[in-house]
Amino acid sequence: MSAPGPRTDRRGWLKGVFAGAGALWLAACDRISQSPKGRAALASAEGLTKRAQRLVVDRKALAREFSPDEISADFRSNGSTNPTDAAYVAHVQDGFADWALVIDGLVERPLSLSLAELRSQPSRTQITRHDCVEGWSDIAKWTGARLGPLLDKAGLKKEARYIVLHCADNLGGTADASGRYYESIDLIDAYHPQTLLAYAMNDQPLPVAHGAPVRLRVERQLGYKQAKYVMRLEAVADFAHIAGGKGGFWEDRGYEWYAGI
Amino acid sequence: MTKTLLVRRHSGVTRLTHWINVLALTLLLMSGLQIFNAHPALYWGVKSHFDRPWLAISAAERAGRPVGVTEVGDARFETTGVLGWSGRPGAQGPRGFPAWATAPSWRDLATGRRWHFFFAWVFVTNGFVYLASGLIGGHIRRDLWPTRAQLSPRNLWHEIVTHAQLKFPKGEGARSYNVLQKLSYLVVALVLLPLMIATGLTMSPGIDAAAPWLLDLFGGRQSARSIHFLCAGLIVLFVVVHLVMVVVSGLWNNIRSMITGRYAIEVEGDNA
Repeated sequence: MSAPGPRTDRRGWLKGVFAGAGALWLAACDRISQSPKGRAALASAEGLTKRAQRLVVDRKALAREFSPDEISADFRSNGSTNPTDAAYVAHVQDGFADWALVIDGLVERPLSLSLAELRSQPSRTQITRHDCVEGWSDIAKWTGARLGPLLDKAGLKKEARYIVLHCADNLGGTADASGRYYESIDLIDAYHPQTLLAYAMNDQPLPVAHGAPVRLRVERQLGYKQAKYVMRLEAVADFAHIAGGKGGFWEDRGYEWYAGI
Repeated sequence: MTKTLLVRRHSGVTRLTHWINVLALTLLLMSGLQIFNAHPALYWGVKSHFDRPWLAISAAERAGRPVGVTEVGDARFETTGVLGWSGRPGAQGPRGFPAWATAPSWRDLATGRRWHFFFAWVFVTNGFVYLASGLIGGHIRRDLWPTRAQLSPRNLWHEIVTHAQLKFPKGEGARSYNVLQKLSYLVVALVLLPLMIATGLTMSPGIDAAAPWLLDLFGGRQSARSIHFLCAGLIVLFVVVHLVMVVVSGLWNNIRSMITGRYAIEVEGDNA
């Protein structure tokens, strides 16, 4: 065969155009992903999603509850699974005998509750689905103190708008406290009947891998909101001054504060 | 003798919503694959049975070399370079779908979600405008709904045969959509795309509390995730066939009609 005819020429040219357009397109997507303005524009959808969901989801609408035979045999644990902070390790070693949950911030009566005291508070048991932001779902039975009555006991001041959960694990692996896990929820979720400080999982004391002695259950949001190793609840008017200012460990790393989707 | 006549093919709303849809669906697909890559496995039912996904993409090792593996049910395929193990020479690594198919190209679930939910809103708004104007203005009934005659087995068979031969009407017959076109556009606009929205919403724990019937409709959140993925695949398949048809039935004429609205047909004699 001789030199390529016009047909193969055209094919090569078309291929080049498509490859070039594709590369440009990808570069543009990546450029927007990295630019502060592009990121802010994309993030504007979160406010819309949150407002739309608050509009269509009743404040008290319950997350689905399942039957005991649907409980996962292999419930996955993500994030910290065995915190190594000296103070936490000491708590594990003495069976959380000296552990206490602190409730402070914008409250009338700051509280400090031992695990036994927490177990004697108004409680709820529920079999619910845990949806990881990665995409998988597991089902477990949770028993814990309802957060609403606990907050009433402490007496929220009227400026309080969010509950910040400070945790024992340093998921960021930093030398200082900047890598400490934390989360925050608003009062709608804090007072939801299924929102618990769970101390039992599948009728057993909460295992270390799943956040012993206490983790949050806020059933209408994704897994990263379900803070493990909860040490302190702080009522705040806003969370801009805490860590990265976005209201949570993963939120400071780009994830949505409103994780109902 | 034949003359070329420019007819009005697509309304302004159809053209505008078509191109916004191209942008939104492209980015929804690319960010969706980014999200999929965070857990490249699919399950049926309400929860994840980690030991038995029906689809799983992973990296493995064979003869000391990394390979990409895609498993569908009991079937196992080596998909190195595309699925499971891919990347530029020297920077290869384990990943479900390759960098060139995801937004952003690097592994970043948080940013992928930002893209996905932003363009989900664009897509839903755009789709609402299209359907509302199509229902009120009569576009769907007039241009997309097949006639009884078109649905006769004889005509269906005729269309299948002429499509397979890549023969398309150039004259009066090209003024309106043929029955295969109508059916595929209707299935995409009224079945597949709404299914994407419904299964997407079923994956939202917030929406599940408001509309638990969605969970029953799709057989659980993990089934909804699988159906979301499969419907995305069917939409990609539609787009591929659609693009092939655009090219073989007159590339520039089709593109012009979706930009300016004018479409050329060939008519006989002077009565044009």
